[in-house]
Amino acid sequence: MEFVQIIFYLFSFILVAAAISSVYIKNTVFSVLSLILAFVSAASLFILIGAEFIAMLLIVVYVGAIAVLFLFVVMMLNIDIPKVKRINRKYLPIFGLFSIILLAEILLIIKFSFSNQITSHNNIQLPLSSEIITIKLAGLVLYTKYLVAFQVTGMILFVAMIGAIVLADKNVTKNLKKQNIFDQVNRNKKDSIEIVKVKNNEGLDV
Amino acid sequence: MSYINIISIENFIILSAIIFVIGLSGIFINRKSIISILISIELLILSININFVAFSVYLNDMVGQIFTLFTIAVAGAEAAIGLAILIIYFKNKSSISVDSSSEIKG
Repeated sequence: MEFVQIIFYLFSFILVAAAISSVYIKNTVFSVLSLILAFVSAASLFILIGAEFIAMLLIVVYVGAIAVLFLFVVMMLNIDIPKVKRINRKYLPIFGLFSIILLAEILLIIKFSFSNQITSHNNIQLPLSSEIITIKLAGLVLYTKYLVAFQVTGMILFVAMIGAIVLADKNVTKNLKKQNIFDQVNRNKKDSIEIVKVKNNEGLDV
Repeated sequence: MSYINIISIENFIILSAIIFVIGLSGIFINRKSIISILISIELLILSININFVAFSVYLNDMVGQIFTLFTIAVAGAEAAIGLAILIIYFKNKSSISVDSSSEIKG
């Protein structure tokens, strides 16, 4: 087994271990931190294979923005960890069995479909040759053939930004109706019911 | 320099399948905690990105990496909105457990 294969198995082992630990650990901060480890090891796998544009994008955007946003929210909300319950323990073997069956199906499909050499039938945009660096290739394709998709992605981000600001704005959420439990429970008879004698054929002014 | 002559593409596809199933089982198991569901969705999107980039490198085609760019942007937008909704929910309920959010208290 060559050195590169050892490196690949090492990084993919770290990736799978970080993914499992981010799902199974109850402490939310550790869960987000192991998600960050999963992203960084996926980025190192991409660098190993030669796609350094996506690797740097993953680190800057996913780890640097999205995972940090998760950490902000987790630290701000101050979640009481024992109160976060799991699903009922007797359902765990059934879900484990479903997961293993799904994984076995996907692996069988992979094994049975690679009998031929894989080729790309259409849409060969540009070859990843070693004279041109990857980001220049990305620019050559992105700003010419996929310009509309690029602009629409910018609009998606803009709409998401508007949505997040509107949701978190205090001026908008100030007029929300909430429940005040103590006021509800401490209601007396004298400020909720009034007994009025109604005369015959006359109504009542509320 | 890329080592695509030494590592075959099947390794990357199997890895992507394993992470996809881990993210999916994370959604089953952590159904009552919204942050864990958001983290499992990020793991699903990571597995799909690994798949796209692996095919892009092995087929000498740049389109896979361009689509990964779009997927990362959409995943970021969705994570931001999901967390904003989570903050509003938590302000009203004082608990993120979707099970114990009953309105009758006291």
